[in-house]
Amino acid sequence: MRSGRIVVVGASLAGLRAAESLRANGFTGELVLVGDEPHEPYDRPPLSKTVLSGWLGTDRLLLPTTRNLNARRLLGVAATGLDLPGREVRLADGRALGFDGLVIATGTRARPWPVAQEAALRGVHVLRGRDDADRLRADLAGGPRRVLIVGGGFTGSEVASSCHDLGLPVTVVHRGAAPMASALGDLVGGMIGARQRAHGIELRLRTTVTAFEGEGRLRRARLSDGGELDVDVAVVALGSVRNTGWLAGSGLAADAGGVDCDPAGRALDRTGAIVPDVYLAGDVARWRHPHFDAAPQAFEHWGNAVAQAEVAGYNLVHAPANPRRATALPAFWSDQFGLNIKSVGLPHLADEVVLTQGSFDRGPFVAAYGRDGITVGAVAVNSPRVLDGYAALVTERASFPPAINAADSPEPTVHGGQS
Amino acid sequence: MTYPAAVPYGRLLDHANRHDPYPHFADLAGEPIQRLDECTWVVTGHAEISLLLRDPRLSAQDEVDPRAPVGSDGKPVRGPFLMQDPPHHDTLRAQTMHQFVPRILGIRPHIETTVARLLDRYGGPGEMDVVEALAYPLPVAVICELLGVPEEEESVFHSFATRLTRALDPVETLTEQEIADLAVTRVEWREYLLPMIGRRQTDLGTDLISGLLTEGDPATRMNTVELAITLGLLLIAGHETTVNLIANGTLALLRNPDALDRLRADPDLVPFVVEEVLRHDPPVQQTRRRATADVRVGGRVVPAGDKVVLLLPAGNRDPRRFADPDRFWPERPDNAHLAFGGGVHYCLGAALARMEGQAALGALAARLVGPRLVADPPPYRANMLLRGPAELRIAFDGVAASDAR
Repeated sequence: MRSGRIVVVGASLAGLRAAESLRANGFTGELVLVGDEPHEPYDRPPLSKTVLSGWLGTDRLLLPTTRNLNARRLLGVAATGLDLPGREVRLADGRALGFDGLVIATGTRARPWPVAQEAALRGVHVLRGRDDADRLRADLAGGPRRVLIVGGGFTGSEVASSCHDLGLPVTVVHRGAAPMASALGDLVGGMIGARQRAHGIELRLRTTVTAFEGEGRLRRARLSDGGELDVDVAVVALGSVRNTGWLAGSGLAADAGGVDCDPAGRALDRTGAIVPDVYLAGDVARWRHPHFDAAPQAFEHWGNAVAQAEVAGYNLVHAPANPRRATALPAFWSDQFGLNIKSVGLPHLADEVVLTQGSFDRGPFVAAYGRDGITVGAVAVNSPRVLDGYAALVTERASFPPAINAADSPEPTVHGGQS
Repeated sequence: MTYPAAVPYGRLLDHANRHDPYPHFADLAGEPIQRLDECTWVVTGHAEISLLLRDPRLSAQDEVDPRAPVGSDGKPVRGPFLMQDPPHHDTLRAQTMHQFVPRILGIRPHIETTVARLLDRYGGPGEMDVVEALAYPLPVAVICELLGVPEEEESVFHSFATRLTRALDPVETLTEQEIADLAVTRVEWREYLLPMIGRRQTDLGTDLISGLLTEGDPATRMNTVELAITLGLLLIAGHETTVNLIANGTLALLRNPDALDRLRADPDLVPFVVEEVLRHDPPVQQTRRRATADVRVGGRVVPAGDKVVLLLPAGNRDPRRFADPDRFWPERPDNAHLAFGGGVHYCLGAALARMEGQAALGALAARLVGPRLVADPPPYRANMLLRGPAELRIAFDGVAASDAR
C-alpha cells in the first residue's frame, strides 16, 4: 500500500514510529495520526524519573521525528469505535475517518484506584501521562509529610526513588514478597528491595491499602495489616489497563489484556484469522514472541514499541508474501536509587536464577534466568554493557546455568523456586 | 598446519601495506570469524565483533602477568583499565570517568580557540604538514589543559606519547630493541609523573590529577603508581588516536573533493564527516580478547582459552552491514561504526575525540583555500594498531582568517 489513507490510532511512541516507518518505506498517501492526549508525541520513561525529581520539565519530552513526516495530527480526540467492514474509525467528536490501512497503537492507561470517591480525593494520583506528572509534581512541591506509593512495581519504585531524591519520606506498600518481583523474581527483587530500604524507604511487603480517607484532601490510608498511615500524597501504581474499549464489538480479538496480533503485527479476529491491512504496535499488542514457548502477552517496553512499529510500517506498505516479524528479544530498563536495572529476554518465565557476575550484596551484578535447563533471560544491575552477551545466550538457547567464568563471576549457586 | 587467514593477516602486519590495509581486510571478510592459528581467531563481521565486544565471556586481561608489580600498600598494582576486567576495571574506570567527564563538558570553546590559533600561523600560499601543524599539537594542548600541565611541557608529553604508543602493537611486530626501549620509556614516564603527582598531593589544584587523588572512596582510590598508569593510558589512548583521526579525516576529505565541497557548503555536516572518517579509516585497527568459556559466534565455537583478534576496520566495511562499504559517504544513514569499540571498554574519550575531530576538520574545510595533497599516499608510522600517517603534507593557495571566537 503506497497510496490511499492510513490512519494511525495512538500518538505516542509506537504511533509516531509507525508513521515514520510508513513514510520511510515509501507510503506517499494521506497519513493521519490520532491521539487522545492534546500533546505532540512525547517520551514517557522520564515522567517517573527526571521529571518528578525536577530535572526536566514536561515540555522537554517531545519525541524527535523525521522532517518529512507530512502527517495530519488529530490530537486531543480519542477514537471511540472501529467499523471494520465499513473501514472507518469513529472519533469522540462525532467524526468518522475512513481508512485503507490502520495501525492500532492506543497503548495503556494507569489502572485507577477502584473506589472512585477515594480516587477523587486531592492528593491521590496516578502516573501515566505528562498531565499526571505535572499534577503530581505540583503536589510534591507542597512538601507533603509523607508520600505513599501503592504498588512496588517499576513505576512505583521509580516514583519512590524520585520522591526520595526530593528529600520526602516515602512508604511503599506492595502486595508481593519483593518489589518488581513479577518481572524480576523474588530473589533479585528482594536484593533491589534491600537497596531501597538502605536508602530509607519504608517498604511494607505482602500488604495492601484498603482505603483512602479524608475530606476533599487525602489525610490517611488504611492498610490490610490493620495499620494506618498519615499521608498527604499517594501515588496509585497498580499497573496498567490496555486501551481496547473502543474496539468492543469490532470483531478484533480485543479485551482488557490487549489486542491479539501475530509476530508480523497483523491484527487477528476472534477466530484467530488475520484481518487485512490492520496492524498492531506497542503496549496494546498481545502476541506470542517467536523465541519463547509461552502464552501470548503484551510487552510494555519502549524498545518493543519501536520494533513493532517499524515492522508494522514495513509490512503495511510492502505487503510481502513473507512479512517481517518482530524478533528482537524483549528488553527493558529502570533507573532508581542510583541503580540502572536492565533486563533482556523473559526473566519472569524462569524457574531458576543464578548470580553470574558481581555481588548481590554490594556493587554491580548480573543474574541469569533459566527454565527447564535453558537460559531465558538476564538482569544486569549497574552493568548494562555486558547485557548483549547474555542476549546472545538467550538467542542461542544456551543451557542453564550458562558458563561465564568472567573475572567477577562467583562460584555458581543456582536458586530455584522462581516466580 | 597452516590457516588461510594467516596469509592476509600477515600482510596486514607488514609495514609495506600500512598505507592501505583495506584490500587485506577485504581478503579476510569472506567469513565473519575464522581461525588464525591453533589458539587465535580473527573476526571481521560487524555483527560478530559487536557481540564479542559486549560479551562477559571475553576477557581483556592477560592470563597471568608475571611482571605485575606490587604497590606501596602491598597489594598488586592494577594495570591500565583498558586491559582489566570487571570488577577492578569498573572501579578504575568509574573513578576516571567521574573526574574526566565534567572537565570535558565545557571544553569545546577551548578546543576551537586552539585550532584557530594553530591555523592562524598560516596565511598566503604555501605548504603544511597537517600532522605536525594541527593533528599533533591539538590533542597535546587539550590533554595538558586537562592535567594542569604548563604549555612548555607539551613537547615532553608529545615525545612520551609517541614512544609509549608502540606498546599497544602486537608484540610480534616489535623488534627486541623496541621492546627494550619501551621498558625504559615506562620507567621514565613514571619518574616524570611521580614528582608531578607529589606536588599535587601537597598542593591540590582543580586539574584531573588532583581530582583523581581525592576521588571517591579512599579504600578503592588509585595509588600513585596506578594513577601514573592511568595517566599513561589517557595520554596514549586519548592522544595518538585523535592525531590519527584528524590526519585520516584530512586525507579522506582531500581524496574526496565532493565531500569536502558539501562540508564547505553545509558546516552542520561536520559531525557526520567525523563519524564517516571513524568508520572508513578508524584510528584503532584492532582489539584483542580471550574467551573465558566456550563462545558460539558466527556459526563457530571459540573454545575457552582461545584468543580473538577483533578487526574493527573490517567490521566497519562489512558489506552485510554497510552498503557500498569502501565509499567515503558522510551522509550514510545509520552509521553504527565500531571505531570506539563497545561494551565495558567503549572509548572513554569518545565525546572528546569527536569534539576535537569536528573542530579540526571543520576549521580546515572552512579556512583552507585550494588544498591538495603533496604526496598520496603519505608516509605512515610503523604502528599497526594505532595506524596513521607520519606526516601529511598539503599545499594550498591560502589559509583564510578565522571567524572563531
